[in-house]
Amino acid sequence: MNYLNETIDSLHKKLADKELTSKELTEQTLAGIKEKDEDISAFITVNDAATDVAKKVDTEGIKGNLSGIPIAFKDNIVSNGIKTTAASKILYNFMPVYSATVLEKLESAGAINIGKTNMDEFAMGSSTETSFFGNTHNPWNLDYVPGGSSGGSAAAVASGEVVAALGTDTGGSIRQPAAFNGIFGIKPTYGRVSRWGVIAFSSSLDQVGVMSKRVEDSATVLSTMAGHDYHDSTSSEKEVPDYRANLDKDMSGVKIAIPKEFWHEGADPEVIKQVNAAIDVYKKLGATVEEVSLPTLKHAVEVYYVLASSEASSNLQRYDGVRYGFRAKDVKNIKDLFVNSRSEGFGDEVKRRIMLGTFALSAGSYDAYFKKAAQVRTIFIQEMTKVLDKYDLIMGPSTTSAAFKIGAKIDDPLAMYMNDILTIPANLAGLPAASVPAGLANGMPVGLQIMAKPFNEQAIFNAAYALQEENKFYEKIPTALKGED
Amino acid sequence: MISKEEILHVAELANLKLKDDEVDSFVSQLGKIVNMEDKLASVDTTGIEPTYNMGDTSTTFREDKGIHTQTREQMFENVPESEDNLIKVPTIVAKGEDE
Amino acid sequence: MNFETTIGLEVHVELKTKSKMFSPSPVAYGADSNVNTNVIDFGFPGTLPTVNKEGYRLGVMVALALNANVENHTHFDRKNYFYPDNPKAYQLTQHDKPLAHDGWIEIEVDGKKKKIGIEELHVEEDAGKNTHGNDGYSYVDLNRQGTPLIEIVSKADMHSPEEAYQYLEKLRQIVQFTGASDVKMEEGSMRVDTNISIRPVGSDVYGTKVELKNLNSFNFVKLGLAYEEKRQSAILKNGGTIGQETRRFDEKTGETILMRVKSGADDYRYFPEPDLPGFEIAPAWIKEIQDSLPEPAEKRRSRYVNELGIPEYDAGVLTDTKEMSDFFDEAVKFGANPKLVSNWLMGEVNAYLNEKKIGLLETKLTPEHLATMIKLISDGTISSKIAKKVFKETISNGTEPEGWVKEKGLVQESDPAVLTPMITEILDNNQQSIDDFKNGKDRAVGYLVGQIMKQTHGQANPKVVNKILMSELNNR
Repeated sequence: MNYLNETIDSLHKKLADKELTSKELTEQTLAGIKEKDEDISAFITVNDAATDVAKKVDTEGIKGNLSGIPIAFKDNIVSNGIKTTAASKILYNFMPVYSATVLEKLESAGAINIGKTNMDEFAMGSSTETSFFGNTHNPWNLDYVPGGSSGGSAAAVASGEVVAALGTDTGGSIRQPAAFNGIFGIKPTYGRVSRWGVIAFSSSLDQVGVMSKRVEDSATVLSTMAGHDYHDSTSSEKEVPDYRANLDKDMSGVKIAIPKEFWHEGADPEVIKQVNAAIDVYKKLGATVEEVSLPTLKHAVEVYYVLASSEASSNLQRYDGVRYGFRAKDVKNIKDLFVNSRSEGFGDEVKRRIMLGTFALSAGSYDAYFKKAAQVRTIFIQEMTKVLDKYDLIMGPSTTSAAFKIGAKIDDPLAMYMNDILTIPANLAGLPAASVPAGLANGMPVGLQIMAKPFNEQAIFNAAYALQEENKFYEKIPTALKGED
Repeated sequence: MISKEEILHVAELANLKLKDDEVDSFVSQLGKIVNMEDKLASVDTTGIEPTYNMGDTSTTFREDKGIHTQTREQMFENVPESEDNLIKVPTIVAKGEDE
Repeated sequence: MNFETTIGLEVHVELKTKSKMFSPSPVAYGADSNVNTNVIDFGFPGTLPTVNKEGYRLGVMVALALNANVENHTHFDRKNYFYPDNPKAYQLTQHDKPLAHDGWIEIEVDGKKKKIGIEELHVEEDAGKNTHGNDGYSYVDLNRQGTPLIEIVSKADMHSPEEAYQYLEKLRQIVQFTGASDVKMEEGSMRVDTNISIRPVGSDVYGTKVELKNLNSFNFVKLGLAYEEKRQSAILKNGGTIGQETRRFDEKTGETILMRVKSGADDYRYFPEPDLPGFEIAPAWIKEIQDSLPEPAEKRRSRYVNELGIPEYDAGVLTDTKEMSDFFDEAVKFGANPKLVSNWLMGEVNAYLNEKKIGLLETKLTPEHLATMIKLISDGTISSKIAKKVFKETISNGTEPEGWVKEKGLVQESDPAVLTPMITEILDNNQQSIDDFKNGKDRAVGYLVGQIMKQTHGQANPKVVNKILMSELNNR
């Protein structure tokens, strides 16, 4: 199956009209993944048992929109009976005995887990280069990174292996790869989606989201998987709207803020050009666009790396070789077991973050780093809230540059961290945010970022849909795909 | 800046072992990162409450019902070594500290 | 040189809930290894905690019973450390906003009353259990992992091992009467860590604190602290210094043994648990809990003495445990004479419990049955001799006394019309005894009563028998 010209709606119609069975669709999807993944390597684990699940769906009959539709899951989303690794050696053999709430919700809507996608180890990275299972390649240019950390999900969607994939976003891990791959990707409001069964990186920042070529497909998936879950005490009890049914591309009267700090000097002019053009589209459609300022943005990366790494250092302590995952061999005592399992099981980037986080929380550093960062976070949230009191949306580039070459930044952690400056704000403030394709810069995709008020994902879907219907970026075929016209 | 001693102390807390040739690169990389973090000091945070928790929930109590969500057999599927339904680990050196 | 001792105690008490503090796994003492565990207790990737309301409620109950102020805004924190019985490598606890603070307990030592302050109380999760093999391996059981605990941190207000002992006794009693915990040292539902330092009398600087662990009874706490007082003062007298260390009490030798030297403060990197929101403990809920607190031991004791006429000492024994006191109150409610209930509980019942080495609630005796039995004695339906038989049946098999007495024909014979002919006949056959009686030998009466009892299988009412026998004897 080639999904490049399909949507959930078009597939649902074929399934409902019995033009195609779910089993056939699943088999074709598996075949497509096998063929395309020779170049792309988007998947860590392909679920060969998916065909059996599809047969069951066929027997029970096609029901809702997602019934019988294969979907890919980032490999930090726990799947009962299907290996889940977070792309780390320390979980190379981990076989979950329960499933994430998002997976259960989608499965009970009839969606089929087609496989687990590659990512940066424990979602720590912006290029999918820190995966224990090797690199994923950008379908627009195989020498380029797909972005990260949800690089596998983004590449799987962009290359037409699947119609939609789930990702997670802690500091931009959905939006940045969505931008790099020319697809739509949304990180919902913190608390909109349950984190139960999502391997934690940073608990106060992590959120599960969706990636798809078409805005409307992400709307369908998000409506299905969002909502309160008693397993996750931070999940909101607010009603979940039917984002798909409420899609409205009318932009007249919509108030858009553009923070001048997002147009900073380091950004690639080609990227800026595409983003400005996209913003002009909104003006044309009747929206008002005004410049605003977020003075504390310059500290966002600092705040983010302290808080995310501190929480991560604690969240990742459970990987100790005792109960599951990688256990170091030839150890004499428990201390050696802990130290060797962790030192051999974690990659460099993960170790760096654990070290930074442990340092920031340690006696003597706590006030100057952890608490300080949490206070600056408060100031930053206030700034964002003030802007959103006056405006419906905040827009800007999703990234400062388009995708870069594999290997170009991996040895310079700081440069890699600075990549995240435009996506971090939404995570720090818990806001919903998405990246929608804006155009191409030197042949590589560029994303426009859209942020909205808490729990107003609908405003993002509407705006993204408006742009999509204008630029029809989804008609473009990624340039590195063989055999596509 | 962060010293080599601090790096080694942090590694000890985190139960990570750095190879000799790794220590220096960690000192330099973490040093740069910590220098970046030091810029936080320039923000005036007098009287500002820190934000530690996100989300719109509060006081989320669970009712007290004891239920089994997994079987013991399921829980042991991933255990690397076990004996008599106990998780087997290399000896805990500091004896007498357990309760 | 004279020294002054300063003692602070940290007491962990398991709260009696059905499920764990942050996971829905059942809580059960003595269950088969790792049976009561789930993905949360194993610290599986992707799992999240949820807070047990009953665990928190019981914690508030204990805090209120200890006169502490319950915090209205609180949150949970992570205490980070690696250990095989600590699966997440962090323990969920309350660090900077504990459940309650500033409580107190009143103790009495040498007839003098004294208030011991309580710094704070917080709820947290228990760890699993490690056992050490001789094979170079250790073994981990995570059944206990996540069991709700309340930690009660005293102020350093105690100045002798005896004060520490009295504090613990009182604390155990107060907590037990809330019903929030079994507080059994032997089952680990109450655990005690102590800090002790000494300083020359008059000094305004505290001495170096030594932590004392592995104390399996209050008595060992007292002995361990007394040993430490001696050990530390001997060191100081010889010009030595006290090391900042953790020691354990050796029950065999009565000495304390060095476990480890503390290298500076442990760095637990506490920070607020981001997987849980803030908690608002509403004043209305706290009041509701306050109103539901069971009557404390102190009040019960004075009620027993003043309203029921129970002697001071007996009232003390009855209020030693909540189960005994509840049992007493229940039996009295069923209409039995309080003094008799008290006598039975302190006498036969206690003897039975001691003999079988079990607790009152592990027997089949109910307050209603005990009350019935006492009423049967009071109204003369059974003799106290038969009562012992009835008691044994009731406490061992849970048999209803009244029905059983009737069924077994154990009802006391008090009817003179039945007893008189029997007595006359015995007298007719025992002229010697009559002669002895007439010669002033009182022993003869005892012998004759014995004969009557033998013939009635012990069911004759002794009072009635005596009366008839005397009048018959005097008539001969």
